[in-house]
Amino acid sequence: MTVIHEMDDTADPKMRARDVSVFYGDKKAIDDVSIDIPTKYVTAFIGPSGCGKSTFLRTLNRMNDTIPSARVEGDIELDGENIYSSGMDVVQLRARVGMVFQKPNPFPKSIYDNIAYGPKIHGIAGSKNELDEVVERSLQRAGLWNEVKDRLGESGTALSGGQQQRLCIARAIAVDPEVILMDEPASALDPIATAKIEELIDELAGRYAIVIVTHSMQQAARVSQRTAFFHLGKMVEYGPTDQIFTNPLEERTKDYITGRYG
Amino acid sequence: MLPDRGLRDPARSMSPAFLFLLALGLGLAGWLAGRAKARAFTRGADPRRVSARPGYHAWFVAIWVALPLTVFAVVWTTLSPALVDQWVLASPAAQDLPAFGFERQSILAEARAVASGNATAVFNPAAQGLVEPFREAQQFYSLIGLAFAIAMAIILGLWAYTRVKPAFAARVKVERTVMGLLLLASLVAILTTFGILASLVFETIRFFGMVSPIDFLFGLSWNPDPMANAAAPQGDRYGAIPLFWGTIFIGAIIAMIVAIPLGMMSAIYLTQYASSRWRKIIKPALEILAGVPTVVYGYFAALTVAPAIRDAAQAVGISNASSESALAAGLVMGVMIIPFVSSMADDSIAAVPSAMRDGSLAMGATQSETIKKVLIPAALPGIVGGVMLAVSRAIGETMIVVMAASTAANLSANPLESMTTVTVQIVALLTGEGSFDHPATLSAFALGFVLFMVTLLLNFIALRVVKRFREAYE
Repeated sequence: MTVIHEMDDTADPKMRARDVSVFYGDKKAIDDVSIDIPTKYVTAFIGPSGCGKSTFLRTLNRMNDTIPSARVEGDIELDGENIYSSGMDVVQLRARVGMVFQKPNPFPKSIYDNIAYGPKIHGIAGSKNELDEVVERSLQRAGLWNEVKDRLGESGTALSGGQQQRLCIARAIAVDPEVILMDEPASALDPIATAKIEELIDELAGRYAIVIVTHSMQQAARVSQRTAFFHLGKMVEYGPTDQIFTNPLEERTKDYITGRYG
Repeated sequence: MLPDRGLRDPARSMSPAFLFLLALGLGLAGWLAGRAKARAFTRGADPRRVSARPGYHAWFVAIWVALPLTVFAVVWTTLSPALVDQWVLASPAAQDLPAFGFERQSILAEARAVASGNATAVFNPAAQGLVEPFREAQQFYSLIGLAFAIAMAIILGLWAYTRVKPAFAARVKVERTVMGLLLLASLVAILTTFGILASLVFETIRFFGMVSPIDFLFGLSWNPDPMANAAAPQGDRYGAIPLFWGTIFIGAIIAMIVAIPLGMMSAIYLTQYASSRWRKIIKPALEILAGVPTVVYGYFAALTVAPAIRDAAQAVGISNASSESALAAGLVMGVMIIPFVSSMADDSIAAVPSAMRDGSLAMGATQSETIKKVLIPAALPGIVGGVMLAVSRAIGETMIVVMAASTAANLSANPLESMTTVTVQIVALLTGEGSFDHPATLSAFALGFVLFMVTLLLNFIALRVVKRFREAYE
């Protein structure tokens, strides 16, 4: 594993993983990964299918807890606090580390209620007016406000695929997380919707730490500042995106980038 | 000794079992002959160029031998007793029979029993002279039937055998026949339902010829008297509202107050909290509960729950509590319905895509918030459909209420009072003393018709709701 240390933004990482291994039953899906996720940048995980990048992403907000056979070893810290320690409340962790899934999954509720869901369960908005503001602000940040402001009462599932995904991003933003994890957020969308999502990621990058898993190397190159290449459960190389794509240090990274496999 | 009795005694040779064996035997012969012929011309031929494998040719011949024979056997065994009776009645020995009524029928039945070997001697001497004509007639008609059956099987079999040729599409014919049989099987249940409906409608119309539908549907007093003069029915005795109320109160209110919360909670536990090992034990156990005969629940309601409720009511100072309370029947019926509600709710919750659950959990929602605010709202249409099916089953349920509820038609909202239901009254009226064309007996059909229509409507709506719910996630 090669990690480039001269980047100054790793001095105070938002999340820090050390020697993380993940098992599904007896099968090792992630093997000894250590990585620092910087604050206010976009970090991309790339690699061929089945390389473990999505699995690793899901350890960052403990979504792997929902899979009974999954087991995590090693330390993952959020602002220096171990998220797998017994003192960490997984509900609070997920409020701080939000997630957007591969397939848009709006709840079968109105657009308004989809956004208001998180603020309500976490008691973020005290009054109806505050809640209205949170909903409007979240939709605006997700670039969806102008398209839906006149039909907030309609079902979230009635929107187009790209709109649904932006709704899910708005839903994640509504609880004001510190980190947003995105698991191939554009892979189910057409190129125009994809472009909008990428634009949105760009805009959000200054405000949140974003980690995105993607199959598309072009997408990683376009939206991220740092890239980690995963292969067969191991993190092969991690560094500034420019360098990974133009001058990788590892032979395997180079082979993948140039399309020799994957 | 027994197997060849059919052949030695022609009177018994048209028995259904014998004809069935005959069809089987001739069919097998046809099958073997067809296969032998087909094998002769498929041997050495390119198997892809032969229109059907030998097995299909064999089945083609066998079907033509056995199927018409079976149909003929069914028709003939239903027709021939009437022909035999006609023959006997035309014989000189039948001239001094009593002209009508019970005695005549019993003499004929006795003679028939002796003639066909089901009895050894006559009890009534008047039947003795009829035994011989019966025996003759039975022999005559079974010989005719047998000869016709064998001739038909052989002719059709030979005809089918001549059609077995390399170019003959036996596979298509056989598959079409099989499809026809499958279609017939699926129609039996539907046609029977229509038959039931037709007979209900017929008797219901007769009842409404005597009692006005308005009195029946809106009257508040139910007190039919099977001994009253049938020619002058009293409409004010046939007000079915107390029965409808009792049915709804017991089946749709008390039972559902028990079944909906318990069924929902068990479904939530099983789908969301139970470990897969535990789920594998509890779920089949619940489904076994659904297979317990309702009469067993009836015992439990009548012997255990009802007295306990009466005693409890007396203990808190309610002295007029009935030992056949609506509460006892409703509670036990509710327990009986739990598996239905639980299994429908379980299916509906499990059908909500796991992406919904993950989405909610990833927002930092707790498991119970996820269940309350995402899973149950999303599964609600399926759950509502399941509850409607459960209601429809509860209001049609008979044994529990027959055993635990009373026959007194009270219009009351007090669950400790005795009440009756539509099904209880149907049983009471049809097993009662009244003659068949008395309005008290006929009112049972009108009640049955109303019950049939209500449950049909409930099932129809429920299935549509569930279907739309399923479509929403596919």
